Amino acid sequence: MDILYFIIQQTLPVAIPLMIVALAGMFSEKSGTVNIALESIMMIGAFFGVLTFSIVMKLNINQQLIVIIGMIISGVFGLLFSLLLAYAAINMKSDQTIIGTAMNMLVPALILLVSKMFFGGDGVYNPEASVYILEVPLLSKIPLLGDLFFKKTYITVYIGLAIYIVATIFLNKTKFGLRMRACGEHPQAADSVGVNVKKMRYLGVMMSGLLAGVGGFFYAIGVTNSGINGYNGVAGYGFLAIAVMIFGQWKSSKVFFAALFFAFMQILGTSARLIPGLRELNLPSVYYTMLPYVVTLIVLMFTSKSSKAPKAAGQIYDVSKR
Amino acid sequence: MILRGRAAMEFKKLINTGIEKVKSNYKEGKFSPFFAILLAIGIGLLIGLIVMMFSNIGESIPAFFTLTFGGLTELGDVLYKSIPILMTGLSVGLAFKMKLFNIGAVGQYTMGMFFALVVGFYVELPTGLHTLVAIMAAFVGGALWGFIPGLLKAFFNVNEVIATIMLNYIGMYLVDMWIKGSGKMFDFAATRTKILPQSVQLMKIGSSTSLNIAIVIGILIAITLHIVLNKTKFGYELLATGFNKDASNYAGINYKKNTIITMALAGGIAGLGGAFAILAPSIIANNSMTYEPINVLANNGFMGIAVALLANSNPLGIIFSAFFVSYIQKGGSLVHGGFSYKPEIADVIISTIIYVSAFSVIISKSVGDFLKKRKERKANPSGSSDIKEE
Repeated sequence: MDILYFIIQQTLPVAIPLMIVALAGMFSEKSGTVNIALESIMMIGAFFGVLTFSIVMKLNINQQLIVIIGMIISGVFGLLFSLLLAYAAINMKSDQTIIGTAMNMLVPALILLVSKMFFGGDGVYNPEASVYILEVPLLSKIPLLGDLFFKKTYITVYIGLAIYIVATIFLNKTKFGLRMRACGEHPQAADSVGVNVKKMRYLGVMMSGLLAGVGGFFYAIGVTNSGINGYNGVAGYGFLAIAVMIFGQWKSSKVFFAALFFAFMQILGTSARLIPGLRELNLPSVYYTMLPYVVTLIVLMFTSKSSKAPKAAGQIYDVSKR
Repeated sequence: MILRGRAAMEFKKLINTGIEKVKSNYKEGKFSPFFAILLAIGIGLLIGLIVMMFSNIGESIPAFFTLTFGGLTELGDVLYKSIPILMTGLSVGLAFKMKLFNIGAVGQYTMGMFFALVVGFYVELPTGLHTLVAIMAAFVGGALWGFIPGLLKAFFNVNEVIATIMLNYIGMYLVDMWIKGSGKMFDFAATRTKILPQSVQLMKIGSSTSLNIAIVIGILIAITLHIVLNKTKFGYELLATGFNKDASNYAGINYKKNTIITMALAGGIAGLGGAFAILAPSIIANNSMTYEPINVLANNGFMGIAVALLANSNPLGIIFSAFFVSYIQKGGSLVHGGFSYKPEIADVIISTIIYVSAFSVIISKSVGDFLKKRKERKANPSGSSDIKEE
């Protein structure tokens, strides 16, 4: 039973960033723009979030509060950075994959340049941060649930779940969300009934940037112990999130479980020595490190044939095609 | 000097038509893709300068000059370092011709390098033959890593961008694990691969630089690719599929087969890049290039994307764009030596160039339109170009 608790406690902080960034991908694709740049937006969010964290920490306020401040800053910078994609894709009608790749190349270089010049390292770190919550008061006393969800965790898990619920309602239940989705399915039709396609797509990409920035910061908090460097970045989590989105067939309910599944695969590596059965196999840890990427490939093999991708995602909106 | 016969003719023809095009476009007030690229490079350098000014205003101007012109002092080195990115550039460019985005050049490059290392350490052959076998093995290794996403794309409709990114990580982790696990290849004290035997290293050209025979092979491959793309049935099918997948499929072109072949071929070429990087001779006697397995994706693979995009995927253009990217990188490392800046400034400039080049055609077109309008206005000072009734 302890092992089960341990695995769930470990999985959630990893699943949350994946989930939020997969949602970020959904916002962008549902409004019609393919966002390969999620990886770099995450890195921007993580970088500025951790930087803010280390600056604000000197003020001696509650560290959980600092996480929230860092989250806001990371979201803002993620949003600002995503404007590069929005401008190129929507105004300049460029190839979105190329733009995303350029952004993904730019950010590690920028982080390395700035960190080496001003922080004397290849990234920013926060070794003194202690945002780990040993147990939540009161709630951790609930039998079973208390052990599963309210012990040895991060505040990011709860904020992340809240973001997930709000974003899901927004996309599926509000007029605004439905209009946004129409721009990714059939922009010409949306335009003909008076929806401003350009504006909606901008908003979609900006939401995507906001969420991916926050997701990047949550990654730094929950996975790398409040640090990010330019060489490893976010270890391909931005791309894994895209895989989560495809695996979840662009549906927020499925994305939730897809993220949990991928996070579990990730955790399997670090906790293999504790799980009976896997312990005896005694595989090198690299195998487990590779596992999420291999699983992604296999999952994509079975889900790509009948893709539920938004029909106009990645296509440039051309009014004359109406 | 290297170019003879038909290849030289092709080359000359291409350059001449290019010049003609630029001339006629200029006369008509239009801007060619070539100008668009120049514009992208200009903006990239400008952004680089701005970043440098923000990080250290005092050194920015002299450092910028070192960055842009410093490469001229070490042209041999620039040329030598352009070889691996020439190969990854050709790899990405070839796949682009079929509208496949091969981000996997990173993993294919690493795989190719690994296969070359295996032949280098585990096989004993006479000089020359050893090199040849290692290069061929690298091609096979890279091709294997390109074949997998090709297969997934053709039969399972898996997006090649995501598939190749996943394979980049898998390849990197596998290669690093295999190298660290082999006592014959890995020097545990230095945490690097051991020194390769002289018999497998590439033949040097000249004595002072690391420039080697691979530059000739690389250029020959680029020319061959150009001929294959433009003069053969396979090349025609590939280009046709790139223009319109459905129409070409309807016309009887086997999309699945061509996807797999293209990706495998692109992978193999990127693999050669890995071989050329690791088999290059060292300036120091009894030494060789080494590889440090520290779980970092190969930057030369990513640079291939920049190289291919800058040349608009034209194999002959890629020769020049590889040289250019290598030149900027050299400038970056020189800036690192003399000033407080770091070599990553070159990567910032190169990625900005890619970003801008993705829409520079539109910019240059609007600049062209603007100039044309102004010309018309000058010729017709009353302001309106409407037909006047007298």
